[in-house]
Amino acid sequence: MFIIIVGGGKVGYYLTRELLSSGHEVVLLEKDPRRAAEITHEIGSVVLNRDGCEGKHLAAAGANRASIVAALTGDDEDNLVVCQMAKHHFDVPRTIARVNSTKNEALFRKLGVDEVINPTRIALGAIEQDIPVHDLLHLAQLSTGGLELVEAQIEAESPAAGRLARDLALPEGCLLFVVIRHNVAQAVRSDTTLEPGDKLVALSRTDCQDEVRRLLIGDPEPVANA
Amino acid sequence: MRTIIVGCGRVGAGLADALSRAGHDVTVIDVSTQAFNRLNADFPGQAVRGDGTDEDVLRRLGAEQADYFFALTEGDNRNTLAAQIAQDALHVPHVIAKINDPVRAAAYRAMGLAVICRTTIMVDTLSRFMGLPADPGAGDLVAEVVVKRSDELEAP
Repeated sequence: MFIIIVGGGKVGYYLTRELLSSGHEVVLLEKDPRRAAEITHEIGSVVLNRDGCEGKHLAAAGANRASIVAALTGDDEDNLVVCQMAKHHFDVPRTIARVNSTKNEALFRKLGVDEVINPTRIALGAIEQDIPVHDLLHLAQLSTGGLELVEAQIEAESPAAGRLARDLALPEGCLLFVVIRHNVAQAVRSDTTLEPGDKLVALSRTDCQDEVRRLLIGDPEPVANA
Repeated sequence: MRTIIVGCGRVGAGLADALSRAGHDVTVIDVSTQAFNRLNADFPGQAVRGDGTDEDVLRRLGAEQADYFFALTEGDNRNTLAAQIAQDALHVPHVIAKINDPVRAAAYRAMGLAVICRTTIMVDTLSRFMGLPADPGAGDLVAEVVVKRSDELEAP
């Protein structure tokens, strides 16, 4: 497969190495001459010392025959432009953008980027898993705007504990999907009784997450400062 | 007429001054407050320090109620991002982005963004000065935007 990577930072560099070693054809565009020379020295002549945001450089890299273009620079706007140029100007079937601002995630999807990777959200998700403060865990943002997949951990004192799923008056557009009980996942039915220790996976509108959290988990506990 | 200008460089500041003199309600945004020195001392509009590619910032400044939105920073990519937020997320009726790279300008124009490209305009103007025929592409690029806007322009 022929893959073009834009941005020779740590992510772009290691991804290029991985892809090359699994036998793919890769071109890496890095605009900083010193960084480009460094990578060339490390992994050979797959580096083009060009700005991947410029259309003619994407063309020179062979964008019109690329299967994938991955934009991995540290600047969201650059990554968006690379993907949009690849998609609309060179008909690249699959575009991947790194976004750093969580706010841009949904927007980039809406603007046609196929895959949006947000390291900030991944780190946030990992941190939230370790935080005992009971809040909604953000699992994924859906491409259809304003919807998010969240997880709620039900505790003994949670308002949802001991109640039937149908009795929870969730805001319109929010759905309970799956309950994970003793590591077994089962579909939530209207007669499912929620128990302490349950993990609920729900689809929630972004604008009513506070309400969903309040109904399922309760009001957030004050964070105890150690 | 409510107008938002992102980027208070020479063009942004010049346009902000001209429009506010003509009675428009103008808000100009730049990441640097120093940029606002380019505005006339008696500029009556709002000059706000902030990131014009941040949807929340634009919402706070009332961009959803804006009639016109100009993305005029010195970065082509920042302009395309700001303009697409304005057009696709905030639904501002008239949005123009400055994109100086001609290839990118043409690509975004094909995607439905109104684009103004300084490079194409200057190359065309100087070529015509030297007696060369006008570049129809450059003409179209400018003319389309300008004609479309002047058709719709009303007195503020």
